[in-house]
Amino acid sequence: MKVGLFIPCYVDAVFPQVGVACYRLLRHLGYDVECPKKQTCCGQPMANAGFEKDGERLARHFSDLFSGYDYVVAPSVSCTAFIKLNYPRLLHEPDDCCVSRNCIDMVEFLHDVAKVKGPLGRFPHKVSLHNSCHGVRELHLSSPSELNIPPFNKIKDLLSLVEGIEVVEPDRPDECCGFGGMFSIEEKGVSRLMGREKLQRHIDTGAEYITGADCSCLMHLAGVAGKDGKNIQFKHVVEILASGL
Amino acid sequence: MSTSHTKAAEEFLKKETYARWHDNTFWGVRIKRDKMAHGLPEWEQLREKASEIKRHTLTHLDHYAAKFADNAEKNGVVVHWAEDAAEFNSIVYDILKSHDVKKLVKSKSMLTEECDMNPYLEERGIDVVETDLGERIIQLNHQKPSHIVMPAIHLDHHDVGALFEKVLQTEKDNHDPTYLTYMARLSLRNEFLTAQAGMTGANFGIAETGDIVVCTNEGNADMSTSCPPLHIAAIGLEKIIPDYDSLAVFHRLLARSATGQPTTVFTSHFRKARPGADKMHIIIVDNGRSEWLADEKHWETLKCMRCGACMNTCPVYRLSGGYSYSYFIPGPLGINLGMLRDPQKYSGNVSACTLCLSCQNVCPAKVNLGDQIYKWRQQLDSFGTANKEKKMICKAMKMVLDSPSVYNAATSSLSIVNHLSEGLVNCGLNPWAYGHKTMKFPKKPFHKLIDGLEKED
Repeated sequence: MKVGLFIPCYVDAVFPQVGVACYRLLRHLGYDVECPKKQTCCGQPMANAGFEKDGERLARHFSDLFSGYDYVVAPSVSCTAFIKLNYPRLLHEPDDCCVSRNCIDMVEFLHDVAKVKGPLGRFPHKVSLHNSCHGVRELHLSSPSELNIPPFNKIKDLLSLVEGIEVVEPDRPDECCGFGGMFSIEEKGVSRLMGREKLQRHIDTGAEYITGADCSCLMHLAGVAGKDGKNIQFKHVVEILASGL
Repeated sequence: MSTSHTKAAEEFLKKETYARWHDNTFWGVRIKRDKMAHGLPEWEQLREKASEIKRHTLTHLDHYAAKFADNAEKNGVVVHWAEDAAEFNSIVYDILKSHDVKKLVKSKSMLTEECDMNPYLEERGIDVVETDLGERIIQLNHQKPSHIVMPAIHLDHHDVGALFEKVLQTEKDNHDPTYLTYMARLSLRNEFLTAQAGMTGANFGIAETGDIVVCTNEGNADMSTSCPPLHIAAIGLEKIIPDYDSLAVFHRLLARSATGQPTTVFTSHFRKARPGADKMHIIIVDNGRSEWLADEKHWETLKCMRCGACMNTCPVYRLSGGYSYSYFIPGPLGINLGMLRDPQKYSGNVSACTLCLSCQNVCPAKVNLGDQIYKWRQQLDSFGTANKEKKMICKAMKMVLDSPSVYNAATSSLSIVNHLSEGLVNCGLNPWAYGHKTMKFPKKPFHKLIDGLEKED
């Protein structure tokens, strides 16, 4: 099985350690991983701002780079969701022919494809889980609080394999943190207060770390925490899963 | 980079404590709704069924609207068709004038808000009295609803107490909610008894029988129709459903979604005028709906049954308030309906969404409100209402991202930012710095590390 690793632009530029953790974890699990050189961005930032057409070339480029893989794995739920839900339309390709059909979030890959059961890393800390909107409501990594369906949470399942960890969730466990791409600068007042409220709910759990499957939410919350002088640390869920490997 | 919503939201957020109270109040309603939704094992099936019924009815609306009107007429009701708000208002006025009505009591109707009916009638000398408590409060306070189901929720009992002292001469500083409600009731009793006509909206119109169904918690619709001799009902075209089996589905969803109650306290079915009263009138209002139905991208917004759950769950609504939206309906629903109404006028609300999609997960009719907002954003440029700065940023990003070599050079040099002074990085020109501490960029982006990683193997 050939796995292509997509490290979205902002993860590449700001959180390279998350890319490293993904690569190492996939190799540790025995996958043949490649990270094509010329990758950049999926196009989501422009699309959510209302300029989806500015992402069409990126979609084509992504398709050219990643079409040969059995799976394209990415550690960012909103990027993965964007590709899965919008590329068939942007590329004028049917769902089952488009590169998006093999595109999968790292958490979902580990949980549903690799079916990881064994012990992973060791992380003896209390961690508050940030359930990102697009992971919950588009990729179905966990059951949305709005729906009356049996509860599940794939991120929690995976974290439970980590030695020494205590996983908690904040009050309003899948409420938006207020990032929303360009929302965070266009609606900066609402975004900041949403961020502050969300951050406080995480802090109220008594956790030392906030973790999640989307670096963009974590980047927003970390920025708010830094500005307000709040003391809590951030790690992408894959960093925790791979810690000590 | 700002929109009509961002500017209004900034005002709202100046009172941060109030904003938090507003947020918690509506979150409380969301929690009550969740308890109801999780209490019915068939909840998700009901939502699916409601969506199917609405899709079916809306795509056969000519048939059901005609059936509804025919059956209402068979019951002896006078049916009117209003193409737009102006026609609606003039029909209402003509009916009132022909009955020599000086005072009209009305129960809650967002349709009459939509048509600006109250000022139209008041200008023509008719005293219009809102009888839903929330609506009455904001009428006395000269405000518009800040929410479609709880129109005065932005006010607390002290605000209401102070208002009632002025207009209802209640005891000074007695802001006890039970007392205030009692005083409102006393005042409204007199209005019911002295009005010559009563008006209701309609939550549902039943095509199979010609009935209208009105759901309230205060019984004010029943008072409005039981005391005066004349009953006029206003119904939006999209509120028509096929039959009582359909009503059974919607009725189970409506109050549970809206306020977290298993049912509204009163569910009143009106088929014809009561014995001895004047003929009942039903006005079926289009006002844009039939055109929206032809909009391939956005017609499903018409499935909405106006429960307001999308507002209660929307974090942006909760932290910016109903008045921050320029359309008279706020929240995710209002963003969408405003755009259907007039994109030139209401594009300024489209920014008020993080695309978290909670709205479409609570919606009892499965209106994909968040997905629709995404689609409207894509259309802004064609309306000429896209934000110019945002457009420029996107073009610049496209230039960098479309070229891997430019992108690699750019991301590799970001760590230079770390060496700039705090003041420069966090200046007012950087909107990110408003709420965030700017991150430290790593010396090497991931794509510079991959060769080394491959060698590890």
